[in-house]
Amino acid sequence: MRPSKEAHIVGYGAYVPIYSIRDKEIARVWGRSSPVPVEQKSVIGPDEDSITLAVQAAKYALMRANLDGSDIGVIFTGTESKPYAVKPISTVVAEAIGATPNVVAADLEFACKAATTALQALIGMVSSDMVKYGMVIGVDTAQGRPGDELEYTAGCGSAALILGRESRDAIARIEASSSYVTDTPDFWRREGQIFPNHAFRFTGEPAYFKHIIRAAKALLEELGLRPTDYDYIVLHQPNVKYPIKVAKLLGFPKEKVLPGLLSPVIGNSYAAASLIGLCKVFDQASPGQRVLLVSFGSGAGSDAFSIVMEEGIKERRDRAPKLEEILKVRRQLDYALYAKYRGLIRD
Amino acid sequence: MGVPSVPRVWREIKYKYNLIGSKCVKCGKACYPPLTVCPYCGGKEVREVKLPERGKVISYTIIRYAPRGFEKLVPYVVALIELVDGTRLISQLTDVEPEEVSIGMEVEAVFRRLREQGNSGIIEYGLKFRPLRR
Ligand SMILES: [Zn+2]
Repeated sequence: MRPSKEAHIVGYGAYVPIYSIRDKEIARVWGRSSPVPVEQKSVIGPDEDSITLAVQAAKYALMRANLDGSDIGVIFTGTESKPYAVKPISTVVAEAIGATPNVVAADLEFACKAATTALQALIGMVSSDMVKYGMVIGVDTAQGRPGDELEYTAGCGSAALILGRESRDAIARIEASSSYVTDTPDFWRREGQIFPNHAFRFTGEPAYFKHIIRAAKALLEELGLRPTDYDYIVLHQPNVKYPIKVAKLLGFPKEKVLPGLLSPVIGNSYAAASLIGLCKVFDQASPGQRVLLVSFGSGAGSDAFSIVMEEGIKERRDRAPKLEEILKVRRQLDYALYAKYRGLIRD
Repeated sequence: MGVPSVPRVWREIKYKYNLIGSKCVKCGKACYPPLTVCPYCGGKEVREVKLPERGKVISYTIIRYAPRGFEKLVPYVVALIELVDGTRLISQLTDVEPEEVSIGMEVEAVFRRLREQGNSGIIEYGLKFRPLRR
């Protein structure tokens, strides 16, 4: 899908809480001896949730865009971990950054690809001049049932992008995007349930791999580009193995995946995962370089984006903390403190 | 001690989310939370002012027995903070262990959950302070 006018990324920000737990500590509690899927995963503090994480990423994005909250005409938040079942995250974010009341705000849901779908909607609004600037946020504070395979990877984090009309000092421009969606029951959570369920039969091949590959190939075909035209590929990252493997299947070497791969040290941040990876690439990419971003959301679907870095990245990226700085201050929790912070201890 | 009513929490959103205090027109001093009369000179003409989100710890105390709604946070630190413009306020510190806090420590405001009104009530949000990151 190619808009008649390209939307530009003018701000970005990512945030990961300071708390973390190593997979080997989780494995110790459950007596697991088989290899663990990630080295460590991020954990929210006792006063954090999807809303507070979203606000922090939004503030960092505003710093890089050099804009006030009142300049933002749209806030879309993609998440599956809402503090309220009914009451949006986006209104609280809008209030906290000073974007209210003249702002379009809503939360979107599509498992881990909610935020990239929001990004597609925002591209339409910005490139058609409906709004001057809009923000999309991907955030999650994922929970895995204690002892379940998902507990080893269910992490947290947030990422925000601000889109605007064409400008000479933008961070990047989005050339085009694609979507590939089917009804696939690979992962779900019923209303009222705290923890999700997953069907092992569906999680790999027919879900993650198929949707990502089809969305990516459709995009490359539309643009007439090949893997060699890209300097980086950023993928949804539920673990370490999947993104490296799917990149290889698409014809991308590991070296183009690693700069945008944070799952080894933060786990799976669900709706934030692919956008945090993109922010990590923005922390180091140079003008003219091309980035392929492909999300995946269970249920299932993938969105792919072709992004070209612009001159503004050089000056804008230092206006807010980079992921490397954010991940430098980390506090390792044992399972007892992890249980306390995650609210797993009941009165 | 009961929890504040939903209308009261709603009225205070602006001040708690964005650190809006009051500034005395007569003596120029600001205070937080905002007041209608200046606590320093008694001046009755005050204006709302956005306060800076950085400062340093002047004094602090460690809370080990918390009031209702804060039990799960113990032990935590409540500090007297002097913002870079000289305004002093009291706030909870976060992302820090009590033994790491020191007088003079530089801090910055962060948006956090202040209190959860039980399992079915509203969640109160607002600013706390954490050690300065950069
Ligand atoms: Zn006064």
